[in-house]
Amino acid sequence: MTTLTTGARTADAQQQQEAPRRRGRRGMARNWIGGTLGWLWLLIVLVPIYWIVITSFKTQSTYFVENPLVPAKDPTLENYRLVLEAGFVRYFMNSVIITIGAVVPAVAISFMAAYAIVRGSGKRFLRWTNSLFLMGLAIPLQAVIIPVYLIIIKLKMYDTLGAIILPSIAFAIPLSVLVLTNFIRDVPKELFESMRMDGATEWGTLLHLAFPLTRPALVTVTIYHGLTIWNGFLLPLVLIQSPDNRPLPLALWNFQGQYGTNFPAILASVVLTTLPILVMYAVGRRQLLSGLTAGFGK
Amino acid sequence: MTTVAPPPLRVDRPTSSGGRSGGVAWMAVPALIMFLIFGVVPLVGVLALSFAQWDGIGEIKPAGLDAWQSVLSDPGLPHALWVTFLIMALSWLFQTPLSLLIGVFLAGHERYREWLAVLYFIPLLLSSAALAITFKALLDPNFGLGSGLGIEFLNQDWLGESKLAVGVVVFVVSWQFIPFHSLIYQGGVRQIPRAMYEAAQIDGAGRMRQFFSITLPQLKYTIITSSTLMVVGSLTFFDLIFVLTAGGPGDATRALALDMYQRGFMAGLMGPASVIAVILVLVGLGLALGLRRLGGRGDESQLEGA
Repeated sequence: MTTLTTGARTADAQQQQEAPRRRGRRGMARNWIGGTLGWLWLLIVLVPIYWIVITSFKTQSTYFVENPLVPAKDPTLENYRLVLEAGFVRYFMNSVIITIGAVVPAVAISFMAAYAIVRGSGKRFLRWTNSLFLMGLAIPLQAVIIPVYLIIIKLKMYDTLGAIILPSIAFAIPLSVLVLTNFIRDVPKELFESMRMDGATEWGTLLHLAFPLTRPALVTVTIYHGLTIWNGFLLPLVLIQSPDNRPLPLALWNFQGQYGTNFPAILASVVLTTLPILVMYAVGRRQLLSGLTAGFGK
Repeated sequence: MTTVAPPPLRVDRPTSSGGRSGGVAWMAVPALIMFLIFGVVPLVGVLALSFAQWDGIGEIKPAGLDAWQSVLSDPGLPHALWVTFLIMALSWLFQTPLSLLIGVFLAGHERYREWLAVLYFIPLLLSSAALAITFKALLDPNFGLGSGLGIEFLNQDWLGESKLAVGVVVFVVSWQFIPFHSLIYQGGVRQIPRAMYEAAQIDGAGRMRQFFSITLPQLKYTIITSSTLMVVGSLTFFDLIFVLTAGGPGDATRALALDMYQRGFMAGLMGPASVIAVILVLVGLGLALGLRRLGGRGDESQLEGA
C-alpha cells in the first residue's frame, strides 16, 4: 500500500472525528445481505489459509491423492525440515535485522522531526521540511526504484542488508512524521511550558514529556512500518544478489522457483514466513487494529 | 520545583508560538537528510535518467529524448496503461460494493462481529509474495484445489488465459484488501449519529430506505477515501503480479510498474524504464488529486494543520 493512501485516510478520519460518536445501533431490522456477505467472505478468507496449513503437513505423494480439504491422516514435518534446511533460519535473521535496523531509526528520527515541527512551528525551515514530507507521501517506491538502485551502487552498498535498510528508513519517514506531529500537537502547551520553567532542555522535554504521551502513536507507526518492511519485496529483488543476503519474501520466491510443484514444501515455507507475524498479531492485535483503523486519523 | 528561575537565555523569548524554536530545528535534520537522499534526489533522478541511456551496470550517457520517443511510440505503453486501468477499475468495482456491505454489517456491536474483524485482518499480514505463491499453488490446473476436489468450474487454467489471469489478479487483490476496506467502512458507519436512524424509523423508513438515504450519503467521504486507497494503491501492485503471473500470459497482466521493472532490470533499458516511472508518478498524482477534487474538499484535507 502506498504511503499516500494512508495520508488521505488521515484527513478523512479527522473529518469523521468531528461527528459525534454514538454506540450501538440496536432496534433495527436485521441486515441479511450484509450478514450473508460478511460470513461468506470470511469463508473465502479462511479456506485458503486453512488449505495452506493442512497441505504443509502432507507428503508430496499423499497430497495428490487425498481430498485437499481434509487434513493429512499421518501429518509429516518433512516439509518443514526441508524448508529449514534450505537456509530459512538465515533468511529469517536477515529479515529481523532489516526490519529492526530500519524501523527503529526511522521512527526515532521521525519522532525528532515531528517534535521539532510542532515545537518550532514558527520557523520557515521547519514549515518547509514539513511540506516536503507531506509531498513525500505521494511518491511510490516503485517509481523511484531505478535512481535508488543507482545511489546504492554509488554508495558501494549493493548486495548488503544496508542497501534495503537505508531506503526503507527514508520511505517510512513521511507517514511517521504526519502521524506523530498530529499526536504531539495534542499535548497541552502548558506541559511544555512547565518543562521549560523547570529548565529542561528540548532533548529532555522530548524524552520525558513527548515520548510517554505519544507512545500509542509510536507503537502504531512502528507496527505499521515493521509489517511493511518485513513483507517488502521490491527492494530486496532489486538490491540483493547473493542468496545469503536474502530476506524472507525474496527467499520465498526463490524457493518456489526451485521446488516447482512440491506444493507441500512451498506452502510450508509460506507458513514459516508468516508465522512470526501471526504471533505478533495475536500479541499486539488490539494495538494494531485500533492503530490502523483509527490511530492514523488521530 | 518550578520556583527555580529559568536560565536567562530562555526568559527573553516570547512563548506564544511554542517557545524557543531555534533550539529544536536541528532535530528535524536527520530525517530531512535521509528523505532528501532516498526520496527527493531519486525523484529528480528518475526524471534525469529518462533523458539518458544506461544499461544498469555501465556508464550513463545523455540521450536526449531517445527514451521518450521509443516509449511513446511503443504499443507496449498503451497496453500497459490499459492493463493498469483495467485492473484498477475491476478491483474497484468488485471491492467497493462488497466492502461497503460487509462494513455496514461489521459496524454492529455484537461481540462476534469484533472477532470477525480480527479474523478479517489476517490477509493483510501476509506478504504479497506469500499471497501470490499461495494462490498460484491453489489455482494450479493440475495440482490445485480445483483438480483435487474434482470441481469442473474451479479446474481451469486460471493463470494461462489472458482474461482469467486478469480476473485472478483482481480476485487476489480483493482477497487481501476487501477486509481492510470493510474495516474502514465499519469505522465510517459507526460515526453516523444514531439519531438519524431513529428519526428515520419514526418516519417509517425501512432498512433499505435507511441504507440509501442515510448510510450511503453519510459515508460519502469514507467512500472517497477507500476509493483513493484502492485506485492509487492499485498502481503499485508490483510484487503480487510479478510473483503471480510475471506479467503473463504474454503481456496480459503487464501493468505499468511491471513494464518498468522488465524494461529496466531485465532488459537493461533504464532510460525507457525511467520514462515509465515518470508516467507512473504523474498518473498517481493525477488520480489522487482528481479523487480529492471529487470529494469537494480541495486542499483543506491533506494539508490541514500542517
